[in-house]
Amino acid sequence: MSAHALPERKAPSAAFAFFRERGRLSAWRLFTFTLCVLVAIPLLVVASSLLHPDRETWRHLADNVLPELIRHTLLLTLGVSVAAGILGTGLAWLTAVCDFPGRRFFSWSLMLPLALPAYVTGFVLVGLLDFTGPIATLLRQWFGPEVRLPPIRSGGGAALALTLALYPYVYLLARHAFLSQGKRALEVGQSLGLSRRQGFLRIALPLARPWIAGGVALVAMETLADFGTVAVFNYDTFTTGIYKAWYSLFSLPAAAQLASLLILFVFVVLFLEQRLRAGMRYTPTGRSAGRERLVLTGFGRLAAPLFCGAVLTVAFIVPVGQLLWWALGVAAQDLDLRYWAYLGRSLLLAGMAATLITATALLLAYARRQQRGALTDAMVRFATLGYAVPGAVLAIGIYLPIAWFDRLYIGLMGELFGREAGPLLAGTLLAMLSAYLVRFLAVAHEPLAAALQRITPSMDEAARSLGLCSRQLIQRVHLPLLKGGVVTAMILVFVDVMKEMPITLMTRPFGWDTLATRIFEMTSEGEWERAALPAVALLVAGLVPVILLTRQTER
Amino acid sequence: MAAHVELISVGKRFGEKEVVADLSFRLGPGSIGCLLGPSGCGKTTVLRLIAGFEAVSSGEILLNGEPVSRPGHSVPPERRRVGMVFQDYALFPHLTVEGNVTFGLHRWPARERAARVRELLALVGLEGHERAYPHELSGGQQQRVALARALAPKPELLLLDEPFSNLDVELRERLGLELRQILKQEGITAILVTHDQQEAFAMADEIGVMHAGRLQQWDTAYRLYHQPANRFVADFIGQGVFLPGTVLNSHQIEIELGILNGSFPSECTKGCAVDVLIRPDDIVHDDTSPLLAEVVHKAFRGASILYTLRLPSGGTALSLVPSHHDHALGEKIGIRLDVDHVVAFKR
Repeated sequence: MSAHALPERKAPSAAFAFFRERGRLSAWRLFTFTLCVLVAIPLLVVASSLLHPDRETWRHLADNVLPELIRHTLLLTLGVSVAAGILGTGLAWLTAVCDFPGRRFFSWSLMLPLALPAYVTGFVLVGLLDFTGPIATLLRQWFGPEVRLPPIRSGGGAALALTLALYPYVYLLARHAFLSQGKRALEVGQSLGLSRRQGFLRIALPLARPWIAGGVALVAMETLADFGTVAVFNYDTFTTGIYKAWYSLFSLPAAAQLASLLILFVFVVLFLEQRLRAGMRYTPTGRSAGRERLVLTGFGRLAAPLFCGAVLTVAFIVPVGQLLWWALGVAAQDLDLRYWAYLGRSLLLAGMAATLITATALLLAYARRQQRGALTDAMVRFATLGYAVPGAVLAIGIYLPIAWFDRLYIGLMGELFGREAGPLLAGTLLAMLSAYLVRFLAVAHEPLAAALQRITPSMDEAARSLGLCSRQLIQRVHLPLLKGGVVTAMILVFVDVMKEMPITLMTRPFGWDTLATRIFEMTSEGEWERAALPAVALLVAGLVPVILLTRQTER
Repeated sequence: MAAHVELISVGKRFGEKEVVADLSFRLGPGSIGCLLGPSGCGKTTVLRLIAGFEAVSSGEILLNGEPVSRPGHSVPPERRRVGMVFQDYALFPHLTVEGNVTFGLHRWPARERAARVRELLALVGLEGHERAYPHELSGGQQQRVALARALAPKPELLLLDEPFSNLDVELRERLGLELRQILKQEGITAILVTHDQQEAFAMADEIGVMHAGRLQQWDTAYRLYHQPANRFVADFIGQGVFLPGTVLNSHQIEIELGILNGSFPSECTKGCAVDVLIRPDDIVHDDTSPLLAEVVHKAFRGASILYTLRLPSGGTALSLVPSHHDHALGEKIGIRLDVDHVVAFKR
């Protein structure tokens, strides 16, 4: 604005004008910009290895692992997206629009699988259905030694686990869409002679499409980012490829190369998702008051609760039951000081990350409120892009510049003081926390931005005209109104960080084992029982946000 | 306690854009003023300048003779003792009705605070709703809470930004009357902003018509209607049409419907071509009149019918006729001029 007002200014000030508002340096804009840089660095570092491929590494990758990684990643993402899409939409339709015995119970309980990290569902399934597992053993006892279950450690097994863990995303969004579109549109369809099924296919489904697709995009991104589950199933995708290149082959260039390819996939999905979000904004949601449900009769009345119950059993009840059973079995021997140390570190890490990220997100939300405009919006969107970047990619993208800085530092110390210095940043909590910040900023930003939006500018002015100074305004209006958003943001980030596996695994300080890395360690040795104890702690933590969520959406 | 307000040649620009220019008016203690104009005319900005949410670019605002705004100096809003009722009410959703009303009374002793809440809720007719939250109230009730909250700290001046725009028509009229009563009872000076002239007429003692950031006329409702200062005001306030006319002498103008007697701006001299404002009540239906006009449109208004008439010359005019004179479209009816105030603008 000021650049236009004063056209006679010289060129250099144009760059400064970016950080100014009405002639004054804007700390808010500087802050937003810094966050954007923080997000841009790992992305650019990883992307640059795509632009400058190391020929040797590239050939090795292309010859050995790449075809399989691409095939696996694509198949898995596609399979899980389709399966979770159909399962989530179907369940949402049943609980949002139809009526059958147990509907109220299922409408919230079908969200429970969100509390289980996919890798926990995964290792429980493997433990249950593996050749040596209880079910296969039982079948052999009954029907003879030749009886085989289809191999669980396969792409199909991984897809099953991910679908069971991720379908609630689609379920949640589709349910919201079905609930908010009201019955009016369906009644129009009926008056034009559509049957119930045609009404679903030709009216309700197309209306809900942006939400369903948005949920499917989330599922696809989670699948692309997944590390723990595919590791459990021994089904190599890009994320495990990156990990192996780094920790087994000790080849950072190869890891970066793979990360850059993965990020291409992610951006395709992200692009689709952003376009769909725009669609959601423009779709009107009619009033849904006074709706009547479609009462299922005959076969449907019986089949609907059976189906919902089956999904709930396989996705939540069985895994949780098995987890508890295993955990009880090993508790006597494993519930020792080391376990409390894992738990303590997980809690400490999650607490630090939740505080840091929530505070940052709050400042970002204020920056947006303080300086409205297309530029700020674009910068905020970029700063919160990290939610789409897989943890394995971020780990590489953060580690590379830090390692570069450390080398520079060590060299400098050697030259200047002739002294052997250790790395300054690598393997510190700082590196880890900045990776978390990039990945989970959006998680905290969303509830905070929503809470801040409720405080309209005229409320500020009303408080002012009633004699409040800025401090009192924050204290008496903003804090009470933001409290809920802050608590939600803290809880969401806290739980996400506790469950997070690849970043923790790849950037943690030496010896800093947490619950998640302990699970990885135990599952990679096939010790499902011993992985159950840390998993139970994650389950308990994971239930908190799900309960919050069900409170919000239950009707 | 009531204050007088004075704006002296106030201007406000946002960057290049001039939103308010050279605006002056004075409002006496206990009076209700109104800024009336189409959306985007800058009226809300004037209100925000008086409240202190924006700083003036030029000119001066005086409260009780004390300058509160001039370029480079602005008393912050929290120290102006100016209450404001916002268009969206801006109630605090985390506080009850009582919490909202006592919000500005944080320095008062608890006993007086409680007494003030009772007094105000009685005044706005919301006794028994102390514990309700804003979202549990209807639009009209929320509006009353907003009013009570603004009145609670006994402000020198009350500002109301489109206070009724979110309410339905019936409620609007009732609350408008109630609000005027409350303000008069409390003896508060108030300035209201609206785009609805009926609201302005019903509420205000003095009305300023604004257009494109400038004050067109500051006057009573009667004079705005019958003696508009310029074409914009004439057009904006009330209904009517302009008919071409010729000045005969200093107090007579001839139009096709006859000769008008009265005073009009002195810039129009003999032989000068003018446009004359003819209101619907300036044309009276008279079956005996030789002057005939054709009915081209009619709008039934209950007690009266508003006829749109085609004059012999082809021009159009409006006429408000008692309801029992029901004529069909295409019918020719007799009309007669009955003009009390001649409003003419040079062409």
